[in-house]
Amino acid sequence: MDYVKLWFGLWGVLWAVYFALDGFDLGVGMIGGFVSRGDEEKRSVLSSIGPFWDGNEVWLVTAGGVTFAAFPGAYASMFSWFYSAMFLALFGLILRGVTLEFRGKVSGPVLRKILDAGFVAGSFVPALIFGVAFGNIFRGLPVGALGYEGNFLSLLNPYGLLTGVLFVVFFATHGALWISFKVSGPPSARAFALAKKLWVATGVLVAAFFIVTAFDTGLYTNYIGCKYLFAVPLICAASFAAARFLAAKRPDMAFFSSMVSIASLVCTGFIGIYPNLLPSRVDPAYSLTIYNAASGPYTLRIMALVTAIFLPMVIAYQFWVYRLFRLPLTAEELKKSGLY
Amino acid sequence: MDVLALSRLQFAATAMFHFLFVPLTLGLCILVAWMETVYVRTGDADHLRMTRFWGKLFLINFALGVVTGLTLEFQFGTNWARYARYVGDVFGAPLAIEATVAFFLESTFLAVWIFGWERLSRRAHASAMWLVSLGVNMSALWIILANGWMQHPVGYIISNGRAEMVDFAALVLNYHAWLQFFHTILAGYVTAGFFVMGVSAWHLLKKKETVLFLKSFRLAALFSLASSLALFAVGDLSGVSVARLQPAKFAAMESVWETRVRAPYVLLTVPDPVNERNSVESLKIPYMLSFMAFHRPDAEVKGLKNFPAADRPPVLPVFLGFRTMIALGMLFILLSGLAFYFSKREFLEARPWFLRLLVWAIPLPYLATQAGWLVTEMGRQPWLVYGLMRTSEGVSESVSSAQVWGSLACLIVFYAVLGALDIYLLAKFARKGPEAA
Repeated sequence: MDYVKLWFGLWGVLWAVYFALDGFDLGVGMIGGFVSRGDEEKRSVLSSIGPFWDGNEVWLVTAGGVTFAAFPGAYASMFSWFYSAMFLALFGLILRGVTLEFRGKVSGPVLRKILDAGFVAGSFVPALIFGVAFGNIFRGLPVGALGYEGNFLSLLNPYGLLTGVLFVVFFATHGALWISFKVSGPPSARAFALAKKLWVATGVLVAAFFIVTAFDTGLYTNYIGCKYLFAVPLICAASFAAARFLAAKRPDMAFFSSMVSIASLVCTGFIGIYPNLLPSRVDPAYSLTIYNAASGPYTLRIMALVTAIFLPMVIAYQFWVYRLFRLPLTAEELKKSGLY
Repeated sequence: MDVLALSRLQFAATAMFHFLFVPLTLGLCILVAWMETVYVRTGDADHLRMTRFWGKLFLINFALGVVTGLTLEFQFGTNWARYARYVGDVFGAPLAIEATVAFFLESTFLAVWIFGWERLSRRAHASAMWLVSLGVNMSALWIILANGWMQHPVGYIISNGRAEMVDFAALVLNYHAWLQFFHTILAGYVTAGFFVMGVSAWHLLKKKETVLFLKSFRLAALFSLASSLALFAVGDLSGVSVARLQPAKFAAMESVWETRVRAPYVLLTVPDPVNERNSVESLKIPYMLSFMAFHRPDAEVKGLKNFPAADRPPVLPVFLGFRTMIALGMLFILLSGLAFYFSKREFLEARPWFLRLLVWAIPLPYLATQAGWLVTEMGRQPWLVYGLMRTSEGVSESVSSAQVWGSLACLIVFYAVLGALDIYLLAKFARKGPEAA
């Protein structure tokens, strides 16, 4: 078996799962404040992601770790080329974790307001930066004979900004859908109304992404080579549309549709860049590919074995946790948790 | 400062800050799991309240441990890209395995523990904290297998211009790394034991919740005593392993300049690195250093002069760090032994000075673990991977010093705020005491 190809697939799936999962709690972080009035409602909104968000974020750590283990060349380049952006995302993630965990433990409305603002910023910044970063990867990076020729500002090209905003707005929609079926009472109705508006905005951005991609990137070359691959962007569009039509009657199914849509959107990009991991815009000769950036076959085989054993276990117990907490936390449970 | 110096400073600062939270996490989850298990078995209401009280302190500490750990995983790529490229084939694997095997387990089941009081049987709820403990300690294992490989690289060959793994079993069964692992977790257990003893002592002095805090105190005293004794044994074996595998580090730890057989242990040493000698050497215990290094009184101990100056670690911090750690390690055995011996109510009430002493002892294990890592990592210099790659060869090529200045400055400000907030919250909830039943 060709382990390099297998690992490209796993690498893409891990990132896609991360965005599909953490997307909703990043979204709840961004818009939770707009759909709740007063501390009681705010607490119930936050508690809807309480049991899940940290487990979701581990998918990011795993995606990062797997990039390191399977494609060390890509890991080293991606993180050092995007140095400042990576630290910004990191600060966001730290801020988010700390403000959420400590919210219920500080006293005084001022300090709590500061923490709440930190949680919004900490949810928004990583979403934006991951969007900009992957947009730039999809578009190709200024990598020449002397290595990386870009800087922080060169990441902020129109295509990178488009994907950045797309990630932010899509996650916000995803988070609103989550609140609309996971939280009871007024926040749910407000989130449903907000989700309908955000859905339109996301739809415009997704359409723009698919169109601009044709002009500004080489992503569709692989699709033209193998027409069946168009199924993935089609699934993205279809499940996105389904999210809207299911929203009123089956908000839970709408949420799952939106999850599938996010995952397939990210996969659309990954399929497009294959076999590159970090394509060069200057000359394909400078691209980092799954062949020149990968670990040796021995390491890839060991890692495949470890993943084959442990990842199904992770999926099983995380699935169990989502079932265990499918009903909202009660006031008593929230009190016992000492959080929010 | 150049990118190399700044990146080293940044890694050292963030790793040390991260390790302010890790040791307490390592031990406290086990104590909380134990308390809850006693509650499940006996139905003792005090143990339930203990579980909830110490569990809350555990959570405050855990949150910062998790987020500050992220910084380290990022930095291998951001600041040490050439390192990541050269050794990623070997070094990346334990990091990825740590996430897959340990991080998922601890974060998922911690959430189950926090929110699952009403949704699980008592037994299942207590099991959640045991799974967290398993995850936390396995996470330590995998990251230390990675670090142990930097100390004593095994199971690889140089091929395609980089280090490539050829023997995963050698990496996983790296004896030196396992010693480091036990050393680290036991130090964490001592930290947690002293934390619980110290906070309990504070409440016992105030005569608040005496029964509950006596139970906590006794458990923690036993835990600390057992751990600090085991730590002594593991520390001794680690010393032998370092003398064998990293002789320059061992020489720096004891500031030994000349190679000699039947080396004595010099209790009072004042290093003079500029002149490559010690300005003071007195109070010698004959044969002791040879015995410490190789468990043989006549063994030869290599001196620093045996190594080219460019291959020696900085002597002063390594030497001082090691002495600090050893002295504190001995003190922990003494203090926890006394605490265990005294841990009867009438004994403790008659000795408020001892309780006060234990309150003041809370920071000491933190100091010892910081000093220990200082020895391990400074002592590894100038190597990034011992004998294979120099630290100067690992730094990113595409990063500017302005960028690192920026990230370092932000990290310092940010971490200062987080550290202050964390200490404030820990102190607040530690003082507040347990909730009513």
